[in-house]
Amino acid sequence: MDNAKPVIEIENLSFTYSTAEKPALKHISLTIYEGEYVALLGLNGAGKTTLQLCLNAVIPHMIVGEKEGTVKIFGMDTEEYPPRELAKMIGLVFDNPEFQLSQMSVAEEIALGLENLGVATADMHKIIKDSLQAVGLSGMEERSPFELSGGQQQRLSIASALAMQPKILVMDEPTSNVDPIGKEEIFAVAAKLNKENKITVIMAEHEVEVMAAYADRIIVLNDGEVVFNGTPVEVFSNVELLDKIGLRVPQVTELVHLLKEKHALKLAEQYPVTIDQAEAIFKQRLS
Amino acid sequence: MADSVIVCENLWHEYPGNILALQEANLKINAGEIVGVIGQNGSGKTTLVKHFNGLLKPTRGKVWVKGKDTAGMRIQQMAKDVGYVFQNPNHQLFARTVEAELEFGPRNLGVPEQEVIERREKAIEFFKLQELRLLHPYRIGFPLRKLVGMASIYTMRPAVFVLDEPTTGQDNITTRTVYRLIRQLRDEGATVVCVAHDMILLAEVVERMVVLRDSRIIADASPREVFSNRELMHSTHLVPPQVTELSLRLKTSGKYPGIELNVNDMVAGMAGRLGK
Repeated sequence: MDNAKPVIEIENLSFTYSTAEKPALKHISLTIYEGEYVALLGLNGAGKTTLQLCLNAVIPHMIVGEKEGTVKIFGMDTEEYPPRELAKMIGLVFDNPEFQLSQMSVAEEIALGLENLGVATADMHKIIKDSLQAVGLSGMEERSPFELSGGQQQRLSIASALAMQPKILVMDEPTSNVDPIGKEEIFAVAAKLNKENKITVIMAEHEVEVMAAYADRIIVLNDGEVVFNGTPVEVFSNVELLDKIGLRVPQVTELVHLLKEKHALKLAEQYPVTIDQAEAIFKQRLS
Repeated sequence: MADSVIVCENLWHEYPGNILALQEANLKINAGEIVGVIGQNGSGKTTLVKHFNGLLKPTRGKVWVKGKDTAGMRIQQMAKDVGYVFQNPNHQLFARTVEAELEFGPRNLGVPEQEVIERREKAIEFFKLQELRLLHPYRIGFPLRKLVGMASIYTMRPAVFVLDEPTTGQDNITTRTVYRLIRQLRDEGATVVCVAHDMILLAEVVERMVVLRDSRIIADASPREVFSNRELMHSTHLVPPQVTELSLRLKTSGKYPGIELNVNDMVAGMAGRLGK
């Protein structure tokens, strides 16, 4: 990522909610580059959501508390730019789509955000059509959001965020309320937007097996601090340290770790994190 | 039918507005069985299990719970036998403190006061709710509130536990408590019916899987049989746990003999083969 352009620069960020005694984020420094797919892992309460709210400037503009350090989105300091202005660059999708959905029809749902940005009505039709197409909901303009399945509702939330044509998409456990089909749909849409549209994706998620397959980078938060930051292989190789802070690793990583540590077996230097990697290792050893 | 704690005979359920949610369901669940119910949203899973505690009554066919036809029974009469833990704890919790929530069920069943307190304390210890005992359930974060929902059913000691998506929205720590709960219930001889999308959980704890698609039961078999049925998995969009998938692939290429359901079993199997 040496030549890639930084899109998010966080320096020594700490934040304490006005209602809390302890800080939710402590001295976080991170740089995220254009086109990356970053997974945020951590227990509930580790600071994942707070960090995401700092990225679109909801913190400090709409949620009060004590903030230190700086967050820059494309070089723009979030202290100086309110969420409305950053919405063109960074879109947030929450875990529960019903929390976001409010309008009469799918098209109106998307139009709401565009109206807030002052987009001309004449341009809206095409933007809505394109956003729905990007998430596989073409032709659903006139449906009520509440008639959609969980996966479709969540994809509509993504379409609403996409309509603003952001360069960065931040998703907070987007699959926690959907069934396996819905999960597949959302992970596929996020991967497509990342690969084809070069949108930087930041996704908080508990499903480590899926993140191991999709993410370029894993950032682990624990008690408000960044404790790991690297490729899936680099991060998930810390099986025991992650276990200590209550996180698990992909099953195949744990499998190889236990075979090496508990049974002193000589296996691949590098831990597998995906099925394909594990299959290759064992096929070779069992031949 | 002597050992069957739940029997569904040609069970159909149609919601108002001609919405057919369940058809021709035939199922027998024996005392002490741990059964997973899987399928996509809208496949009929929740409709099926809501018949087990009388939340729903058949629109055609019969359901017997512990030998009694549920048609003429009220939910209150059935609560002693079947505890239903909702996916969303907000549908279940109403007391002012966690302690009061845990006491309500057993007291309502006429359990002697001293035992009500004993059960409460055991649940607080088991679910690690010590610091939450005097809080209002709605002041607790969603994952822990969900554990309070499970704990409040656990204090009633029903013979049958229905758990609807117990690990959804949970992180790894609270998920471990769900695993412990299901093992504890098994050790205590309870029957557990667990509706879930979480295949890692089911592979680890259930002995039998009932698969629904488009309002019908399309399979009822062991996790190994279900996970190794590629067509079934594909048609229901379900994905086996990573180690199960790995063992299936290695088995297909003749390099591994069995189908594993959890990491520890695969470690043991693999260590035996690689260590030679």
